[in-house]
Amino acid sequence: MSLLSVRGLTAFYGDSQALFGIDMEIAAGETVAIIGSNGAGKSTFLRSICGLLAPPADSIHLNGRPIAGLPANQIARAGIALVPEGRRLFPSLSVEENIGLGGYGGRSGPWTLKRVYDMFPDLYIRRSHAATKLSGGQQQMVAIGRALMANPDLLLCDEISLGLAPRVVKDIYRSIDSIIGEGTSVVVVEQDIAQALRVADRFYCFQEGRVSLGGRPGEVSMATISGAYFGV
Amino acid sequence: MTDWLNTLLQGVLLGGLYTLFATGLSLAFGVMRLVNIAHGDLIVLAAYVALVAVETLHLPVLAAAAVVILVMAAGGYVLQRGLLTHTVGRGILSPLLVTFGLSIILQNLMLEIFSADSRGLQAGALETASVSLGGDITVGALPLMIMGTAIAVIVLLQLLFTRTTLGRAFRATSDDGETAQLMGIDTKQVYALAMALAMAVVAVAGVYTAIRTSFDPLGGPNRLLFAFEAVIIGGLGSLWGTLAGGIILGVSQAIGFRLDPGWGTLSSHLAFLAVLVVRPNGLFPRTRDR
Ligand SMILES: Nc1ncnc2c1ncn2[C@@H]1O[C@H](COP(=O)(O)OP(=O)(O)O)[C@@H](O)[C@H]1O
Ligand SMILES: [Mg+2]
Repeated sequence: MSLLSVRGLTAFYGDSQALFGIDMEIAAGETVAIIGSNGAGKSTFLRSICGLLAPPADSIHLNGRPIAGLPANQIARAGIALVPEGRRLFPSLSVEENIGLGGYGGRSGPWTLKRVYDMFPDLYIRRSHAATKLSGGQQQMVAIGRALMANPDLLLCDEISLGLAPRVVKDIYRSIDSIIGEGTSVVVVEQDIAQALRVADRFYCFQEGRVSLGGRPGEVSMATISGAYFGV
Repeated sequence: MTDWLNTLLQGVLLGGLYTLFATGLSLAFGVMRLVNIAHGDLIVLAAYVALVAVETLHLPVLAAAAVVILVMAAGGYVLQRGLLTHTVGRGILSPLLVTFGLSIILQNLMLEIFSADSRGLQAGALETASVSLGGDITVGALPLMIMGTAIAVIVLLQLLFTRTTLGRAFRATSDDGETAQLMGIDTKQVYALAMALAMAVVAVAGVYTAIRTSFDPLGGPNRLLFAFEAVIIGGLGSLWGTLAGGIILGVSQAIGFRLDPGWGTLSSHLAFLAVLVVRPNGLFPRTRDR
């Protein structure tokens, strides 16, 4: 049985349609990359999974249980955590309060404050700072740590390398490697194809609200992928 | 000289009541960005509930206060879940209109039930007791108690906001409700609890209003005005600023009254305008990155 099963997912912003029937299966322990150019619908897809947009009834199942239509806070408690695009840290909370609030749902699992600090020692030093006063890379670490504190079955990461220096991206992706090593299923959404394909078991390419290509990184040529990516 | 000192002290202590008026308003605004136009009428409603508890149910004042707090907090929870929740995320105008309507409904209901007569709650010796601070300086026990309560309420709220999980959920929801939901926070529930808390403070303000002043069904808007002014003088979102705002209103009222009994409340409003001119964002605006 799939951990996450998505069937015919559509999404709308008012009258304009952003997703046109997405199908996706993610097995437990699998890492999936979603790539696609700006505006392809990647963030809309993740936000629909999390319950921030209204998906069609029965279009999403987590561990066989229908979650489409549940409020976002219940989906979070069911085991899906999102590292949102743009990080969305709480400005009036400190670094530690931001990370700690990730555990609000009370799910148990391997991730604790201490383990997050072990992974990101820079955050421990700055734990009492206002979260939004940190550097971009450190803010991204807070956002990842906050999502991990939920001990999710499925971690969704939306463009975690956006706007960061290559060295910082490397650090961030090293943490993704260790999260994957923990057995958590991870979805990485990226415009940076190389980075995403390196960590992924499988990938989906989105184009204009549809899946234009899917497969395993080693088995599809780069030419085919860029064709699907740019729609040529 | 001691006359003036007494006047100043009375003004400071009067600020305690204004602080209590303002704290519930500030809380609802801080967590929900709700500007509650019915706030003053809810204070008056709490005063009437206190009156009923004491005069009809014959409860002692302290027990009556506990009842009023419970009733108002429960009412706040229901009000948020049943009515105000529908105004969340619909711009600034819709909660204004809904609470404005609520204000008119409350005033008319209270007129219907309690008549237009001015009322007051008899609290026995407490009303006249005074404390000597040495020399000719004395202050009323009740105003002192009100100020003590106001400070205690602010300290407790401050602790709640900074030290508890619920407090952090309040702050996170206020920052970014959507992301708060991603943390597993039921933001509707958080809003309802914040409203319950705000109404518990309104209840305390209402009980003291009943004992300290005379009140009538149409006295809400005037109290709303003082609450607004204290909040804005202090700076939006700052609880200690609200205390400063309350004290400034109280002191200027006492001084104005001393100079000419007709000037009392007018001088509070003038002080409010003066502060606004000098510090448009209030004395202690909460600076935060957005
Ligand atoms: N809040 C919004 N309101 C209206 N349209 C939106 C909104 N967010 C995204 N869209 C539109 O939906 C489409 C998909 O956007 P998005 O999911 O953000 O793409 P991606 O994350 O792949 O860059 C785009 O055409 C975008 O303009
Ligand atoms: Mg996006």
